[in-house]
Parts: sequence; C-alpha cells; structure tokens
Amino acid sequence: MNVLEIENLRKVYAGGFEALKGIDLTIRKGEIFALLGPNGAGKTSLISIVCGIVTKSGGTVRVHGHDIESDYRAAREHVGLVPQELTTDAFETVWDTVRFTRGLFGKPGDDAYLEDLLKRLTLWDKRKSRMMELSGGMKRRVMIAKALSHEPDILFLDEPTAGVDVELRRDMWELVRSLRSGGTTIILTTHYIDEAEEMADRVGVIRKGEIVALGEKDELMRRMGRKTLKIFLETPLNAIPPSLSDWDVHLDDDGSTLCYDFDGHAEESGIPRLMRRLDESDIAWKDLTTRQSSLEDIFVTLVNEEKQA
Amino acid sequence: MNLRGVAAIYRFEMARWRRTLWQSLVAPVITTALYFLVFGSAIGSRMSDMAGIDYGSFIVPGLILLSVLTQSISNASFGIYFPKFTGTIYEILSAPLSPFETVSAYVGAAATKSVILALVTLLTATLFVDVEVQHPALMLLFLVLIALGFCLLGFFIGLLANNFEQLQFVPLLVVTPLTFLGGVFYSVSALAEPWRTVTLVNPIIYLVSGYRWTFYGVADVPLGASILGMMLTILVPLAAITWIFRTGYKLKN
Repeated sequence: MNVLEIENLRKVYAGGFEALKGIDLTIRKGEIFALLGPNGAGKTSLISIVCGIVTKSGGTVRVHGHDIESDYRAAREHVGLVPQELTTDAFETVWDTVRFTRGLFGKPGDDAYLEDLLKRLTLWDKRKSRMMELSGGMKRRVMIAKALSHEPDILFLDEPTAGVDVELRRDMWELVRSLRSGGTTIILTTHYIDEAEEMADRVGVIRKGEIVALGEKDELMRRMGRKTLKIFLETPLNAIPPSLSDWDVHLDDDGSTLCYDFDGHAEESGIPRLMRRLDESDIAWKDLTTRQSSLEDIFVTLVNEEKQA
Repeated sequence: MNLRGVAAIYRFEMARWRRTLWQSLVAPVITTALYFLVFGSAIGSRMSDMAGIDYGSFIVPGLILLSVLTQSISNASFGIYFPKFTGTIYEILSAPLSPFETVSAYVGAAATKSVILALVTLLTATLFVDVEVQHPALMLLFLVLIALGFCLLGFFIGLLANNFEQLQFVPLLVVTPLTFLGGVFYSVSALAEPWRTVTLVNPIIYLVSGYRWTFYGVADVPLGASILGMMLTILVPLAAITWIFRTGYKLKN
C-alpha cells in the first residue's frame, strides 16, 4: 500500500530556479525511504511541498489518497515533519511546545501519550526546561517529539543527524528503527550515505531536481554497484602494459596496485584470464583482494556524472 | 474547522503577551497616563472647552485609540513575523489549518490584547479626568472593530516584512503622525480652511470621531462615515491577506 504518491511534481521559484523537474515517487507504508542528493538537489523543496510549507508549480501529491491542496486537512493530519534547522521558540518549555504542536493539528489533549513520547525520547526530565536551556541534541529530540505529538503515521526527517555527535546519531538511528517497528513510515533526507545504507529499505537519489536512481537499497547496490579486484604488485608499474589492454584496469597507489573493475553478476568476470595474462607478462604480485562498491560509491558516481554532464 | 488549532495559537500568543506584560501593557498605559497628566490635568485646565467638552475629557477617546492603533499593529505584526524570523512558521504552515483559521487566531489574540489595553487605559484616564461614556455598547463595538482592523493591517505588515525595522515603520512613521493629526487633541471644527478640508483625507479622523461620539455624543464627521471607515479598515487589509495566502507570496515561495 502506498502512503504517498507524487506525480510529475514541479517547482519553479520566483527567481526562475527550477528546483524540481517532474518528480515521480511513491512511498510504501511502513518503509524507511532515504532521499539522497547533494546540496541544492531539491530534497528540502520536495519535503516542503508535501508538508504544505512551499507551494508547488505543477503535478500532484497525495497522502493516503488525499490531495495536499484540495484535501489538505486530511493529508496534513498524517504527516509529521522534523525540519533541518533547529527552529524552536526559545522561551517555551519542552512540555508547552509539544502540547502546542499537538493542538495545532487539532488533536485533543492527551498528557499520557505526550508523557510516554517524552520518556521514549529521554526528554521527560527536561519537560519543564525552556528551549533555550537545552543542548543541540536535546533540541533535535524536541523537534522529533513535536513532529510525533499528533501521532502521524508518516514522518519526514530532513537531515536528522546533521551536526550531531556520533552517539546521538546512533541514538537517532535506533529511534527511527523503533518508530518504523511501531508502524510509522519514515522518509529521510541525508548527506550521510552510511546513514542511508544503515537504515533505509529503499533509496532515491535526486540530482538537479530529478530522481536519477530509485530502488530497494540492496537491489540498487547490486544493480549499480561494481566490484573491484585489487592486485598488489611486487614491483610498481609506470603504466598499464599493452598486454592488459583487454581489461578495464587502472593503477593506484603510485603504480603498486592494479585495480580491475568488473561486474560481479556477469557470467564471465575475466579474472582467471587476467591472472594468467599477468603471469605471461611476468608481472609478479604478492596479494589480492576484492571489494563491493558501497552506496557512497554509487552516489559519488551519480554526482560525478552530474559534473561531467 | 480546526478549533483546537486556533485555540493553540491564540493561547500561545496570549502567553507571549503575559511574558512581556511590562512592555505590552504597562508601558503604553503609563505613556498614555502621562498624556492625561500633561494635556489633561496640567495644560488642559488652562484651555477652553473643545466642542463643548472639557479639554482633558475630550482627548481621552483619541488617546485610547492612539495607543490601540499602534499596539494593534505592533502585536499582530510581531506575532506573525517572529515565527517567520525564527523559522517556526513551518509548524503553522504544515498544520491542518485554513488561512482563515490562522488569521483568526493571530488577529484574535492581538485584538484581545488591544481591547484589554484600551479598557485599562480608560480606567486609568478616570483617575485624571472626568470621563463619560454615553453609548457603552457601541464604544465596545467600535473599539473591537477598530482593533480588528489595525490588527489585520499589522498582520499584513508582518507577512510582508523582511526585517524588524520594517515592522516598526508603519506604526511609528505612518500611524502615529496620522493619529496625532487625526483629531486626537483637537476638533476638526477648530481648524481653519483649507486645513479643515485637507484633514478629512486622513482616515484616522473618521475613527477618532466615531469613537469619541460613543463617549460624548459629538462628532467631527457623520457617524455613517465613521462606520464606513471602520469597515474599510477591516476589509482592505483582509483582502490583501487573502491574496497573500492564495498566492503564497512571501509566505510559501
């Protein structure tokens, strides 16, 4: 079942900048979806439109089948947003600000739920503290508490771990997993590829307002990922010998490592023939290893394609 | 209708007002009390009657409005500009609230503050000068309408403003001078031509005149013109705000 359906979504800002160029995307119930992309790719524009913060220039967005414009009340009730910036009212207490957000979404007061929420986020002891008295990490938790205060079943996390320390980052990951296990659909944008690799079920890569890669994380890594054979040579080479021109090889580490990129799913990897050719060419080697490309490698490749384009 | 959402914003704004009570209530009341003291008790006792009313009493409705107009704009503009400035506006925009509900909550809270301020100022005035209210129900009605109108204007300014200086521009450099020249301290009939005609261009004169009529039954302009002025004070900024919410200008773009 799809909880979010985006069709041909476009956004052109007043200055003429085209942030989104016809995005098509569906999000399934209960999944963790990571939207990756470099700065200015359109991630925040996409989230902001779905949440009602920015007006779209074209296309349709439906949340649980409710159009975000014609049926915005029903659509927004399902959505919680944790924005990238720590935007809080400095003079409000944690308890008041969370209650305020719940009220905004038209939910009746439920102190028991909010108490449980704050306890899950280890904020209960800070409930009487004013926002200005909290650390950055605590503020980030409050932002999550506010986003969850009206019990949404879709949670947008815009760069949730930007600028937080390693420990808090791990805590955030745990929190996201526990939310998903409770039935919440999570859509997160991130710069940290390892974050997506660690948590996401599906991944989308957005570049210059277009989705350039989309799929199950594991499938995407299989499809777009490459394997690399690294052969550590006894004697460094100055250049690739002509005898190896049949293979996609290059030198690394000042010529002391011969790298061969190959498709790990192909019937014929070419490795046995390459090894024989090395022997025939009297190129001695002392060790070898293979490495599967990571999501980061895929991301870097896609971004590099952008630069070359 | 999302009444809980409206109530949440209204309570939030009133809580902010209570936190800054000295600035938002005590200071304007003291300032207005000084006007009563200087122009009412000290100088007023040496001045002749104005439109048949003791001068100190004559200036009370106008001084109340002077305070209400500037504070209405300040409260409402700050109320919506501050979330824009801090970024917390995202919560309001992403909540299931219609533009009407959002405006009602912010403007309703700002108007409440203005009406409380006016009533406290009125009570304070009675300590210095004799005050008569011939039409108390209409006095309250006109007060609410004028406060609503200027809160809507303030809200509109808050939506458009790019910085704090722009927030202060209209109340300090437009509304205050117009109010001073709008018959707060004198009756239009006391002016010589052509100033008597020129001053009728000032929209504030219609509000002050109508409001003073509810106190003493005397007016510089016909009551109907004052009521029309109050309606326009509400409708013009309301139309501008509606346009902003429809287009998202300065708000969602």
